[in-house]
Amino acid sequence: MTAARNRELLALVPVAVLLTAGFAGVFAQENAQLGNLSLIYGAYFLAICIATHIFLRIRLPNADPYLFPLMATLTAFGFVMIYRIDETLARDQANWFVLGLILFALTIYFLRDYEVLERYRYTIAIGGLLVLLAPRLPGIGQQVNGAYLGVKIGPLAFQPAEFTKLAIVVFLASYLREHREVMIVGARRVLGVTLPPLKHFGPMLVVWGASMFMLVFIRDLGSSLMFFAAFLALLYVATGRFSFVVIGMAMFFLGAWFFAATVPHVHDRVEIWLHPYNDPAGNGYQILQSIFAQADGGLFGKGFGQALITVPGSGGTALLPAAQTDTIYSLIVNELGLFGACGVILVYLLITARGFKVALLASDGFSKLLAVGLTSVFAIQAFVIIGGVTRVIPLTGVTLPFISYGGSSIVANFVLLALLLLISDRARREAAEPAGRMAALGSPA
Amino acid sequence: MNRQIVKLFAFIVVLFGVLVGFTSYWSVFDAKALKEKEANKRPLLEAQQIRRGRILAADGTVIAKSIGKGKGSEKRYVRRYPEGSLFGHPIGYSFVRQGDSEFEQFHNEELVGEESEFESILDQILGHSQEGNDIVTNIDTEAQRVALADLEEAGFGAVVAIEPSTGEIKVMVSNAPYDPNRVPYELNKLNTNKIETPLLNRATQGLYPPGSTFKVVTAAAGLESGTITPETTINAPGSLEVEGTPLNNDFNEDFGPIALDTALTNSVNTWFGQLGQQVGQDQLFETMEKFGFNSTPAIDLPSDEVYDSGVYEEEHLLHRNDPVDLARLAIGQERLLATPLQIAEVAAAIANGGKLMKPQIWNRVIDPDGRVVDKLDPSVYSEPVSGQTAEELTTAMEGVVSEGTGTNAAISGVAVAGKTGTAETPGNEACGGGENENQAWFMGFVPADEPKIAIAASVECTEQFGNDIAAPIFRDVAETILNGE
Repeated sequence: MTAARNRELLALVPVAVLLTAGFAGVFAQENAQLGNLSLIYGAYFLAICIATHIFLRIRLPNADPYLFPLMATLTAFGFVMIYRIDETLARDQANWFVLGLILFALTIYFLRDYEVLERYRYTIAIGGLLVLLAPRLPGIGQQVNGAYLGVKIGPLAFQPAEFTKLAIVVFLASYLREHREVMIVGARRVLGVTLPPLKHFGPMLVVWGASMFMLVFIRDLGSSLMFFAAFLALLYVATGRFSFVVIGMAMFFLGAWFFAATVPHVHDRVEIWLHPYNDPAGNGYQILQSIFAQADGGLFGKGFGQALITVPGSGGTALLPAAQTDTIYSLIVNELGLFGACGVILVYLLITARGFKVALLASDGFSKLLAVGLTSVFAIQAFVIIGGVTRVIPLTGVTLPFISYGGSSIVANFVLLALLLLISDRARREAAEPAGRMAALGSPA
Repeated sequence: MNRQIVKLFAFIVVLFGVLVGFTSYWSVFDAKALKEKEANKRPLLEAQQIRRGRILAADGTVIAKSIGKGKGSEKRYVRRYPEGSLFGHPIGYSFVRQGDSEFEQFHNEELVGEESEFESILDQILGHSQEGNDIVTNIDTEAQRVALADLEEAGFGAVVAIEPSTGEIKVMVSNAPYDPNRVPYELNKLNTNKIETPLLNRATQGLYPPGSTFKVVTAAAGLESGTITPETTINAPGSLEVEGTPLNNDFNEDFGPIALDTALTNSVNTWFGQLGQQVGQDQLFETMEKFGFNSTPAIDLPSDEVYDSGVYEEEHLLHRNDPVDLARLAIGQERLLATPLQIAEVAAAIANGGKLMKPQIWNRVIDPDGRVVDKLDPSVYSEPVSGQTAEELTTAMEGVVSEGTGTNAAISGVAVAGKTGTAETPGNEACGGGENENQAWFMGFVPADEPKIAIAASVECTEQFGNDIAAPIFRDVAETILNGE
């Protein structure tokens, strides 16, 4: 158990080095000399990481040793990128990081027995869906680029979709844990297609309905896609029926196609994706600039702080719109090139691998499904936004987890990490004590 | 469920693989095409952020420099040309929106300090930003000034001066000139001005009938092929029937049997017409091509801004197997067109003992730390004639200036070798269709025994002859350069 935590501590060293090197790079670029401020930033970050590490050592000694350092890598990386875009934003982000870690600690402290989540699954689901509606409420709702994504209460702004994704994963993991057997056994073949039993078709329709609802009502194509994909991933893992996934995908694309034809906002997004050059200075501006920024990066990139984000001499007209959020990946490609971008994708892939490892080790159905769900939703979120800015899919406004600027994203993803570590701690503890467990189950002799 | 989890992971690996694929497509494989997209202003904006190097005349006069505006990431550079229209040709201009031309375009990489990927990574680590190199040219500021002033008085046209032994371009002017500083504001106006065509560098793009200056090439072909020696006489009647139409001397003057010296001194058409026929098309074209005709001069200017000289049929160049009127070609008529640069190269080759050097405007590249990183290494372009032929031609050309048709080019105390040319261009639309319009030329070099400079001057649409209007320009420019030595 201490071995795991020692590995975690060791893995944090490169994070600190990376962060310090990154800040040093930005400073060197901006002041043409290396200030010691970069070292201070690096030291602060490392101190916070070590505090977190000590907390984990005490509370979750068996948890996966790589998840936290990997996520810290992304956070450190995000810091440097945001710092390079705007110093004040980086300070905000640092505050969110601290708040995120506080919620991370609270989650670990209070949800040690995370099965309680199962008991409240309907409350959690309904609550999650209700906050999703908040952006449409007059007074607190905010519309950004035609989508209703944000809520602003006084000085505090947040994006409910980031939290809803956690709620939905918890609900689905719990629901599918309970019903997976009947869904498999009760499945029927109709016209050569295996369908889930009608009784359980209902909840599937509800999730589908919720996704479509998000598409139309809050116009959030990205989150809609993310939720539904996470749902399909869970459905597949829970039932092992690939046909269910196919049916679900067909339903989603049918719905999306229908709304793309009828809802102007969705239609626009798809149009821009397919024909960005039709309106290069208007609708197509963001995606085209995103791609042009990448073209400018080449294999090794232009270096930290070298990319153009605004049009020089224009008084701040964006050359790469939403560089700190939506298009941060394009900025990474621009400054660090294809190699840097592949590094980032590799970190996401490693986190996904560790997350699934947690799921594989977990012994009970809920833990397994919860780990799969959390990991999937995380990986899919990364895919949706990176895919968006590279024109694999239509560009929608979700954040790049741990890298993009945004409080809700950071905080929600640290809670996600906390839950994964909770599951991991238990799974690995049980795996490490097979004798004890056997004894508890009663020996065959 | 574990099997499904593994499969799901495999699926996510595939998804991420797609992301890597798309990223590499945009950032590497399709990058070049994307950078050329109309909607992509990034390359232009980035070019604006690099301090482009200066361009200097041989004496250190600043021809072009970049001025910084704004601070930090807002910083950008704008090109300034302190001498205005004096160096508009051949230096050209470089602006973000209007693009670039001439020398600025040809030497773009040195001026912006283009680096290899490795060097630029090193610079990133060291925190250097890309900076351009300065280029010192061979241009003689005073001579350039004199040439432009003379030409502005004489009419539209061009002057080119080359140092024979190195190929260094000392003067290149074109009238009408333009001020590159005005390009951002009135490029369209400059482009659509069909009468003055100020953006046209007449030195490299002005295709004119070379007239009698071409007789030097014919004589070179005759001597080099052994068809004649300086002593060989050819009977030169007042008029000669060639291909059904008479070829006349001025005032139909009958010279009788004369040798090269007399023929060149008096620019006798019937003598050179017959020589051309005796030399034959193969030999005449071979000599022409060695002097640089029928190919783009190897000067450091963009190849689409330097025209080939030769016999034109519409837009096409004729070659040695195409039917041409040899007698008229031999005296610089037919459909022969030549640029002032080409004619200056003919003079320079003879001046340099028969060796034509590559004409070059640049002299050296100096990096931001003041180190010379590249220097012009004069190289031979071709050897159109032997040293002996060059000497014989020089003697004949000296006669032109001392006692013949080019006396206005004479400089006291120095022997000048040269040749006039006056091509009749009646009804030329560019000249307003007047009946008495000529293309007036003078080409030559000085001092004849130890040439320092070879010059061609050409004036469009003039009623005067080469000796009256072009030779004085030659003389003024030559004197300026000789005095400056």
